[in-house]
Amino acid sequence: MDGYLLLEDGSVYKGKIVGAADRTRGEVVFNTGMTGYQEIMTDPSYRGQIVVMTYPLIGNYGINSEDVESYQPHVQGFVAREFCREPQNWRCEQTVDTYLREKGITGLVGVDTRALTRHLRQQGVMKGIITAEEPAATRAAAWQWTPRDLVREVAVPQPQYFAGEGQHVVLVDCGVKENILRSLRKRGCAVTVVPPWTTAEEILASKPDGVLLSNGPGDPEDLGYLAATVGRLLGKVVIFGICLGHQVLGIALGGKTYKLKFGHRGVNHPVKDLETGRVYITSQNHGYAIDAQSLPATAEVTQLNLNDHTVEGIKHKTLPVFAVQYHPEASPGPDDAAFLFDRFIALMQQERGHKQCQKRAI
Amino acid sequence: MPRHSGLQKVMVIGSGPIIIGQAAEFDYAGTQACRALKEEGLEVVLVNSNPATIMTDANIADHVYIEPLTPEFVARIIRKEKPDGLLPTLGGQVGLNIAVELAEQGVLEAESVRLLGTALTSIKRAEDRELFKAMMQEIAEPVPESTIVSDLESALAFAKKIGYPLIVRPAYTLGGTGGGIAYNDEELKATTIKGLKYSIINQVLIERSVAGWKEIEYEVMRDSADNCITVCNMENLDPVGIHTGDSIVVAPSQTLNDKEYQLLRSASLKIIRALGIEGGCNVQYALDPYSEKYYVIEVNPRVSRSSALASKATGYPIAKVATKIAIGYQLDEIPNAVTLKTPACFEPTLDYVVVKFPRWPFDKFSFADRILGTQMKATGEVMAIDRTFEAALLKAIRSLEIGLHGLELPHLQELSLEKIKERLHDAHDERLFVLAEALRRGITIDEIQAITKIDIFFLDKLYNIVQMEQQLQQGENPVVLQEAKRLGFADRTIAAVRKTADEDIARLRKEQGLKPVYKMVDTCAAEFEATTPYYYSTYESEDEVTPTTDRKVLVLGSGPIRIGQGVEFDYCSVHSVWALREMGIESIIINNNPETVSTDFDTSDRLYFEPLTPEDVLNIIEKEQPEGVIVQFGGQTAINLAGPLAKTGVKILGTAVEDIDAAEDRERFDQLLTTLNIPRPAGATVTNAADAVAAAERVGYPVVVRPSYVLGGRAMEIVYNSDDLRYYMETAVQASPDHPVLVDKYMEGKEVEVDAISDGTGVLIPGIMEHIERAGVHSGDSIAVYPPRTLSPATIDTLVDYTERIARELKVKGLINIQYVIYEDQVYVLEVNPRSSRTVPYLSKITGIPMVNIATRICLGETLEKQGYKGGLMPDIHFTAIKVPVFSFAKLLKVDVSLGPEMKSTGEVMGLDTNYSFALYKALLGAGMQIPEKGTVLATIADKDKEEALHILRGFADLGFTLYGTGGTAQYLDKNGLPVKRVAKIDEASPNLLDAIKGGEVQLVINTITKGKEPQRDGFKIRRATVEHSIPCLTSLDTAREMLGVLQTLRQQPHYQLKSLQEYLREGGR
Repeated sequence: MDGYLLLEDGSVYKGKIVGAADRTRGEVVFNTGMTGYQEIMTDPSYRGQIVVMTYPLIGNYGINSEDVESYQPHVQGFVAREFCREPQNWRCEQTVDTYLREKGITGLVGVDTRALTRHLRQQGVMKGIITAEEPAATRAAAWQWTPRDLVREVAVPQPQYFAGEGQHVVLVDCGVKENILRSLRKRGCAVTVVPPWTTAEEILASKPDGVLLSNGPGDPEDLGYLAATVGRLLGKVVIFGICLGHQVLGIALGGKTYKLKFGHRGVNHPVKDLETGRVYITSQNHGYAIDAQSLPATAEVTQLNLNDHTVEGIKHKTLPVFAVQYHPEASPGPDDAAFLFDRFIALMQQERGHKQCQKRAI
Repeated sequence: MPRHSGLQKVMVIGSGPIIIGQAAEFDYAGTQACRALKEEGLEVVLVNSNPATIMTDANIADHVYIEPLTPEFVARIIRKEKPDGLLPTLGGQVGLNIAVELAEQGVLEAESVRLLGTALTSIKRAEDRELFKAMMQEIAEPVPESTIVSDLESALAFAKKIGYPLIVRPAYTLGGTGGGIAYNDEELKATTIKGLKYSIINQVLIERSVAGWKEIEYEVMRDSADNCITVCNMENLDPVGIHTGDSIVVAPSQTLNDKEYQLLRSASLKIIRALGIEGGCNVQYALDPYSEKYYVIEVNPRVSRSSALASKATGYPIAKVATKIAIGYQLDEIPNAVTLKTPACFEPTLDYVVVKFPRWPFDKFSFADRILGTQMKATGEVMAIDRTFEAALLKAIRSLEIGLHGLELPHLQELSLEKIKERLHDAHDERLFVLAEALRRGITIDEIQAITKIDIFFLDKLYNIVQMEQQLQQGENPVVLQEAKRLGFADRTIAAVRKTADEDIARLRKEQGLKPVYKMVDTCAAEFEATTPYYYSTYESEDEVTPTTDRKVLVLGSGPIRIGQGVEFDYCSVHSVWALREMGIESIIINNNPETVSTDFDTSDRLYFEPLTPEDVLNIIEKEQPEGVIVQFGGQTAINLAGPLAKTGVKILGTAVEDIDAAEDRERFDQLLTTLNIPRPAGATVTNAADAVAAAERVGYPVVVRPSYVLGGRAMEIVYNSDDLRYYMETAVQASPDHPVLVDKYMEGKEVEVDAISDGTGVLIPGIMEHIERAGVHSGDSIAVYPPRTLSPATIDTLVDYTERIARELKVKGLINIQYVIYEDQVYVLEVNPRSSRTVPYLSKITGIPMVNIATRICLGETLEKQGYKGGLMPDIHFTAIKVPVFSFAKLLKVDVSLGPEMKSTGEVMGLDTNYSFALYKALLGAGMQIPEKGTVLATIADKDKEEALHILRGFADLGFTLYGTGGTAQYLDKNGLPVKRVAKIDEASPNLLDAIKGGEVQLVINTITKGKEPQRDGFKIRRATVEHSIPCLTSLDTAREMLGVLQTLRQQPHYQLKSLQEYLREGGR
């Protein structure tokens, strides 16, 4: 069935509808990763977005039940040049097409995705609709949609506890990727996953060694309540922020965020660690960034994106509080920055040591 | 960290002649390296023996030494030039080996030369089998388990420990005879027993076999601050078992999920860090298709063929970045040359599919073993880019120039189903086409997968192409036509399926508004704005390439490296582009060879990476609307396109198409020579055996015979009698009125080659080259000497006169190459090529005359006079330059090494000296010949050559060589008073002459061929044995005589010149 991706600036990209046939709408963004489409589709940070894959051959190794980053896919729509009809991999269970159909997600293939990507790069990300209707038939009303509380849609509704021998981490879930949880548990952490509206007092009451602020969808400025919570946690516990968590931490520290023209979505972004001089190739998925100028004197920028010099990492100058804009848990993407979880754990150990010393001193 | 301090002068070692396994990619890498160093204001010393390369141009390095790539010569150059640093990792294995040897000999330390980039210990850890294994164990990266055994029990014990399948390889046999794969105890027993017997030292290597696993490669870079990136990964369509150089390779990997991709990426980073490489490295893996288990198969601690491919596949200039790292820069300090805004410290991401296809020489070597395995056999490769795998594959096939335009190989249609199934079992050069034929015949994908182990992903893509062929058969349908074009079908393929003319499909397509769009290779999948003018075509909606309104000219490249068309034509294309740039004209190049400088994105103003077929080229012309097309520099590839392009009204710049035809069409050319009253060997065009014999009798035997419709000496032979001629007419060629055969008098005279430049009236002859081997040996396989030594002034006058008159009569505008034979003091024309030739780079370099530049300017309307050239023969230089061909016989089993009219060499080297014999000595040494200064010469000489050979052999005897001879030869020498030991022939009892060769008793073999080309089994075996034991084998007495001269001179005064090309031109030039 012929289908179209309509953009709010009036441009139209023709293709064929696959997966579910329903009309869908969302913010249209592109991802430049050549592998990892399944992880991308299930990453809650893509909630509300139509994702365009720049690599033309998608679905080559099919879909399996293991490489998921969440309990369900979250993309609002999925656009590619071609879906593989005969995927091949020892773990492959089904094709992308059947998976999308099963999950009720509309896909569009046969699209000149490079043209589309160039357009988004030049004009910035924008709203879009995938539909089987002729473009002229889509009414203006279709473009009117009310903002959603995306974080609430994907966050865990109730706290969940995962036992572990090591430090206790409270993971504030704004739409956490499974691999963050796996990365902590692999290192022996006990993890309590809590919704973002959990209060600072509730968090502290569970006696965490550290708090991890997760990734998630949407605009960080909408999460004022969480920033306030984080503000109250500062100085009381080790804090590590990832992606949206990084932005929220920035706001909590007194900084501001802004929307990037077309974001960073892919697995090849070079980030320079200003403290060591080392460069990591990182996995990224974000549309907002912290404004370096807005940060107060108590905070400092620790990492920069080498492509556009945006802020990729911050820390508090005196407190055990740090964050990165990218995804150290990778999945998809390189694990160059996986050591940050070890750093988080080391910090928690160090702080626990301090506290014990302090206790003894008292 | 910025550049290393104290670095002012850096030496780069090139890779020498083109041989199988080491082709133009190192010219590309070395040229990039030299330019990257010069960009930094460093003084560059370059050593390379290969004159056909761009890197040996006097403007690429400050001091170019065209000298043999041996540790001795390089050490001398180091002592003379005193560089501060040596860059060893850009000249392939040859460059690396020399650097290691110089470091080990202490030369580098003694001369305070710093080894740049990768440390000696790192190189050795990657290169030494045992050290490598130990290091991999240390960092817990798996390598296939292996052991060396000398008895059956140990073999079985090993099998018990690690299981089957196992590969058994006898130690010290050549060509892998006696080895094999064992799947169980019985097979292991059989192969081990056989292997032990074949091995000279009674040992076999047994290794876990991962044949059939996925073969994956990663290109990795690391800097001194330990920053690492992977530039690209690649997946071989052919599973482990076939050399990656002989595999169809796809970038990026297609069947790996992110977990697998990252698993191997992380391993690559771990390996490059453990090795401590500063620069680029290539890691090859075998990945189990049914688990996450993998093995590291190989690591190359240097720039390689794969890295050249990865550079072109991604737009990331690996050699350039590796060079900058080697002199101290960090990855984040080097800008990305493609985006200019982002740094080189990132990982390219592709939004297209790249397919590399090998180009094999089996069209030339019909007797060669075509089975592919661990020994690489391809001479070159093509690369194609598109947005679907199918289209990239079909483009690659079109680019190969093997007469195919799609997945159909006509002769396979005649094979039975059983035969097709049978052929699936062997990996050979035609396998891809057999796969397609099998799918057409209804053999299932699963069955094919079970036999070939090729991933179903790829097989299904082939099936998709086959299904499209079937859809096209059902008649005209605009939707199907559009889909076929999106899948990369050529108009010609569609026309063939529909049994109509190509033009009809082209017209239909245009009526439907179907034309390709062009997209950019930008390293970042459009995430950032890029400025690189590097494009490919596809059938999609947006064309992102906007032609300029400037004056522009299209230069056609020369496609894959093959025997007869090597890197020299890339040299010419690149120089033409540079000339256009000098003139302020926008240059556009079309080529598909990823190994070359011409396909570097900053060589031309615009690069289209596309097949060189009329359809693909015309699409670009239609889009770009250049004022004309230059075809004379891209070898026969480009010349063949002149006609089809001109037919559609495209302007061919330079020599007109009808004049090109006049030179290439036998009848017209004969007429032209008759008009000019210039003689050529008598001959005739025949269409059957009877006429051939009649013609031969009229002109007299021996005759040279060849089909008129192929060029480059293919299927060309010298025939001595009517029996052989009939045999040739019946077997070697299928003569018919459509495919006539040429029969010419064979004149066993001196061959001379002239390259000239003409503007239609004036004719400039930079120099005349004299061949050492008499006519009958292909000019590409002959040793060429400049300036000529034995030609009389009268002969030279005649040569100049003929050349001028032919060039004028053909109204040549640009380059022309003429081959002559001088027979009984008469000059005859053998062949005229109205284009640049193999010798242009060599002649340009040594005469200092920029031949391609001048010719390009003539194509654009400038005269010789305007460029300051008077015309006529330029005065000789005051030194000698000798070009010696290089063969790859050791890589090609069952190929006869004897020289004849059919070209066999893959590359060439040059020797320079003020003394002729030294120049020849250097060239022979550079060609890899083990020149014996004493020892034994084994002679087996044909009767017709015995008298001539006597003098030469006496010379060897006088120098103290012992002579061995077979029956007749020994008898003849003995009779003429030469001490000779008779050795038994092969069919006689041991010890016979083969035992003498194998036993190391013989240092030189002189073997002339008895008659024609009919396989003389004894001679063939002798010659193959010399190849396998690296003993020089001379099959022409001319070469033997010159070799003797070299040895005589070396005895007298063994010190030769060591000057850079620039010094020669300054001091020795005219």
